[in-house]
Amino acid sequence: MSDMHSPSVAAGAADEHSIEAARKHIRTYLIVGVALLCGTLLTVWASLIDFGSREINIALALFIASTKGFLVAGFFMHLISERKMIYAVLSFTTFFFVALMYLTLFSMAHGNIVHIR
Amino acid sequence: MEIPYAVKPRPDTGLYNAKLGIWLFLASEVMLFGALFSSYILLRVNAEEGTWPHHWLNIWLGMTNTFVLIISSVTVVLGWASLKMGQFKRYKFFQGITILCALVFLGIKSVEYRDKFMHYEVHLKDGRIADGHLQPAETTDKMLVLEGRFVTNHAELMEGSLHHGGEPKIEIPKDEIISMENYGPWHNTYTAIYFTLTGLHALHVIGGAIVIFAIWGPLAKVWEQDPERYTNRVEVSGLFWHFVDLVWIFLFPVLYLL
Repeated sequence: MSDMHSPSVAAGAADEHSIEAARKHIRTYLIVGVALLCGTLLTVWASLIDFGSREINIALALFIASTKGFLVAGFFMHLISERKMIYAVLSFTTFFFVALMYLTLFSMAHGNIVHIR
Repeated sequence: MEIPYAVKPRPDTGLYNAKLGIWLFLASEVMLFGALFSSYILLRVNAEEGTWPHHWLNIWLGMTNTFVLIISSVTVVLGWASLKMGQFKRYKFFQGITILCALVFLGIKSVEYRDKFMHYEVHLKDGRIADGHLQPAETTDKMLVLEGRFVTNHAELMEGSLHHGGEPKIEIPKDEIISMENYGPWHNTYTAIYFTLTGLHALHVIGGAIVIFAIWGPLAKVWEQDPERYTNRVEVSGLFWHFVDLVWIFLFPVLYLL
């Protein structure tokens, strides 16, 4: 848990320690912001390259998007240093989300495919 | 009676009520968008060869909107950090930029939506298909004017252009038309899922912007009375805003690039 989250660091009553911690965090936020902008440019650039297979383009785009998603969730939403209770809530979400995607892929492999025009 | 842990965190969880509440809400939001992404995958993978469109959307507008949302996410978190440092004016400045970014995002999105509603596919009696943007000022009772092209095979329409606009004007006598339809949600499965996903996302942007504006403007006096409560509100609204950004990070490549 970072100092920025400490209950003792009350807003409006910031001490020197919390101000220094906040400054450090601001640097991190700016670096993450620039990384996200660069990641967006990389996504567009990679999508315009012919790798010989569209599957490679899709895999690459989703990999970059996932990395960007990790940066937003991890640093902007502070998930890399969050309380256990939040992790507990999100573990259920992760389980059900993975199950949903598994069912999606399972139905693609085994279900009756309906062609849609 | 005062509600416990409305401002101060509960000792065992380390969370105040609203923070736990927003995370539970975001957990349900993940499943909502997850279900729609699942629908997208099924529609796309099961589409017949050559029937799923590519580059129907303007990549550069989509990229600009991605930049706008990323910048807004940075300003949200900088605003919150400013409050933690007790700098209310800096917070007002950063969060003001966030609200501006939300308006720019919605403005660009509405330009894109208008583009789709003005884009028509017109089937003619001679078997050709005219495809392009309606020119209302030049269209008369007898003549339809589009900025676009003629094709003979419907599959040709599936591959859009990276450079939108600048196409020649074509005139079509209205008595030559069998049917015409714009690129609204009813056009095909791609436009249906595009409008559903981006429409739902835009509603989230509108909702988030309203809350952020309310805290930034009319409710700003809470800062004077109870700075910790105010900072908590900014944090919770910020968490929602980051989620909105997170969803767009996946929507952009999926709908615009692939």
